[in-house]
Amino acid sequence: MSFAWAKPYEPKSAFGRWIDARLPLPRLVYGAVGGGYPVPRNLNYWWNFGVLAGVFLTIQIVTGIVLAMWYYSSVDGAFNSVEHIMRDVNAGWALRYIHMNGASFFFIVTYIHIFRGIYYGSYKAPRELVWMLGLVIYLLMMATAFMGYVLPWGQMSYWGAQVITGFFSAFPLVGEPLRIWLLGGYAPDQATLTRFFSLHYLLPFVIAGVVILHIWALHIPGSSNPTGVDIKEERDTLPFHPFYTAKDGWFGAAVLLVFALFTYFAPNFLGHPDNYIPANPLATPAEIVPEWYFWPFYAILRAFTVDFILPAKLWGVLAMFASILLLFFLPWLDNSAVRSGSYRPLFKRFFWILVVNLILLGWAGGRAATPVVIAVSQLATAYYFAHFLIILPLISKFERPLPLPDSISTSALHGERSETAPAGITRPSATTATPAE
Amino acid sequence: MATQASAEGTDRAAGTEVRRRDFLNVAAVSFAGIGVVAVTIPLISQMNPPADVLALAEVEVDISKIQTGQAIKTVWRKQPVFIRNLTPQEIQAANAVPLGELRDPETLAGRTKPGKANWLITLGVCTHLGCVPLGVGEGENRGPFGGYFCPCHGSAYDTAARIRTGPAPTNLVVPEYEFVSDTLVRIGAGGTA
Ligand code: HEM
Ligand code: FES
Repeated sequence: MSFAWAKPYEPKSAFGRWIDARLPLPRLVYGAVGGGYPVPRNLNYWWNFGVLAGVFLTIQIVTGIVLAMWYYSSVDGAFNSVEHIMRDVNAGWALRYIHMNGASFFFIVTYIHIFRGIYYGSYKAPRELVWMLGLVIYLLMMATAFMGYVLPWGQMSYWGAQVITGFFSAFPLVGEPLRIWLLGGYAPDQATLTRFFSLHYLLPFVIAGVVILHIWALHIPGSSNPTGVDIKEERDTLPFHPFYTAKDGWFGAAVLLVFALFTYFAPNFLGHPDNYIPANPLATPAEIVPEWYFWPFYAILRAFTVDFILPAKLWGVLAMFASILLLFFLPWLDNSAVRSGSYRPLFKRFFWILVVNLILLGWAGGRAATPVVIAVSQLATAYYFAHFLIILPLISKFERPLPLPDSISTSALHGERSETAPAGITRPSATTATPAE
Repeated sequence: MATQASAEGTDRAAGTEVRRRDFLNVAAVSFAGIGVVAVTIPLISQMNPPADVLALAEVEVDISKIQTGQAIKTVWRKQPVFIRNLTPQEIQAANAVPLGELRDPETLAGRTKPGKANWLITLGVCTHLGCVPLGVGEGENRGPFGGYFCPCHGSAYDTAARIRTGPAPTNLVVPEYEFVSDTLVRIGAGGTA
C-alpha cells in the first residue's frame, strides 16, 4: 500500500473494470490482503496469530448467531434452553462446545499475539495506535466473554456476575448506585440477564469494527518483522498473496486441528463443572473462580489484603484496572530505539521473567485463596508493576543492544552472521528464529 | 461569548468581532449538543431498577416461629437476608468485645432495635465479594467467632455479624426495617427505594 513498488490493482475482465469504476471493493481487498500489499519477507510464525484472532472472532460470531436462535434469555428458561441445545437441537452440542472452546482459543491466540508484540517491540513508533487499538479490542473481548459466561445462568454464571459487578461497589459514593445501575436491580436477576444478552450480541460486532481500524492503522507503516528493522527496498518484501495467505492458511488449519481436539475430546476441560448447576441466589459455590483467561487479574484483585489509606478492596479493584491501563503507556515506558527483543540481551531476559510471572499470577488466580496463594499473588503483582514502571525504563537506558542487520534482506538472506558477530565472538544465527533463542 | 455577540459588534476591535454567522454556528451546535445529552438521559436511566423491582423493595416476615438460637434465610430485593434470634450468651459475647478490637466498630445495640437486642437482621451478602456466608442452617460452620463464616475467602463474623477476621472490609449490612408487631418485621421500610 504505502510502498512505491506495491503492485497496482488491474481488473482482468470487463466486469471487473465495470465494478472497479463504481465500487472498488476488489481493489481494496487486493491492496489490503492481496498481491498489492507488500509484507516483510522474514515474518516468523508468531506473526500468524493476528489472522488467527480474526478466524476465532468469526467462529464466535457465526456459532453465536445460531445459538441465539435457540437460547432463551429468561432466568427461568436460560439454563434449560442451553440443556435443550445440548440434548435436542440438531448439532446443538457441537455448536455450543465450539462457541465455549472458541472463546478460550480466541484468548489463547490473542495472548500469544500480544506477547509477540511485547517481545518484538511492535508497540513502538510508528505503530503506537495499532497497539492501543489492540488493547481496546482486548478490553472489549473481556467484557464480551464475561457477559457470555453469565448467559447459561449456572452457579458460576450467577456468582461470577455477582462478584464482578461487586467490584464496582468498591468505589466510594458512586460505587453502590453504579452497581445497581449495571445490574438493573439489587442482585443479578432478569434485568441483568437480558441486558447481558443484548450486549453480548452487540460487542463482537463492535470488536469487528475496531479490528478494521487496527488493521487500517497497521497498514500505514505495514507489519514490523523479527529484526525490527524497517523495510528499505522491494527485496525486503513479498506480496501478501500468495505468500502469506498460504502460510496463514496452513497454520490456521493446524491450529484448528488442536481446537477440534479440545472441542470434541475434552470440551469441558477449560470450563468449571459448577456451571452445570442451575443458578441459586441463596447458596454460593464453595469457591468462585472465573474463566482461566481472567485468572491473572483475579489474582491481582485478591492480592490486596490490608487497608492502607484506601480500603483493601478498592486497592484490589484499582490495581486490576491499572494492570491493563498501564499497557496503553508501554510505547513511552520503553525508550529503547531497538524494536526487536532478539537484539536486546537484557530486555529478552526480563521478557521471559515477565511471562513466568504472569503464569504464576494465573496459577494463583485459579486457586482457593489460601495464605500461600495470596503471598504468591502479592509478590507476582508487585513484580508485574515493577516490570513496566521500573525495570523496563531502566533497561532501555542502560542496555547495549546487539548490532542490527543492515536490512531485512541481508538478515533473511543469511548475511546476518557476518553482519552481527563482533570480531572474535561468534554467536549462533538469530535470523528468524523463535523468541526462545 | 455568544451572548454578547451582536451583529454589529461595534465595540470590538476589528478582526476579533463575532459575526452573525459565527453566532448562529455556536448556537446551532450548542442546541444540538443539548439535544444529544437530553436523548442519552432516557437511554442511561432505563438501566436502573424498574418499578416492579422497586415495588418489591419491602417484604414482611413473620418471625414468631424462630426459636431462641435459631435463624432463617429470607429474600429481600433478591438478596438473602438473615434473621437470627440471639441467645443470651450470644448477646453477652457480642457486648463483651471492646469496640477498639473491631475493624468496623459498631455495638450490638447499634445494630438492633431498642428492646429487641435478640433480633439480629442482616443481609446475607458477604461484604468482601458478595458470597452468602454459612451459619444459618442447623450444623453449618459458624466460624471461630460463632456468628457467620464466609467459605469463599474465609471472612469470619461474630454473633453481632461484625467482621472479625478475613478479607471483608465491613460488617454484614443491617437493612432498613421496622417491627410492625412483636412477631412481624417489615424489611425495606423507610428504605431508599
Ligand atoms: C480480535 C482481536 C484481534 C484481531 C482480529 C487482530 C488482528 C490483527 C492482524 C490480522 C494483524 C496483522 C498480522 C499480525 O501481525 O499478526 C495484527 C497486528 C497487530 N496487532 Fe492485533 N488483533 C487483535 C487483537 C490485538 C490485541 C488485543 C493487541 C494488543 C494489545 C494487538 C496488537 C497488535 C499489534 C501491535 C500488531 C502489529 C504487529 C506488527 O506488525 O509487528 N492485536 N492484528
Ligand atoms: S466473599 Fe466472603 S470472604 Fe470473600
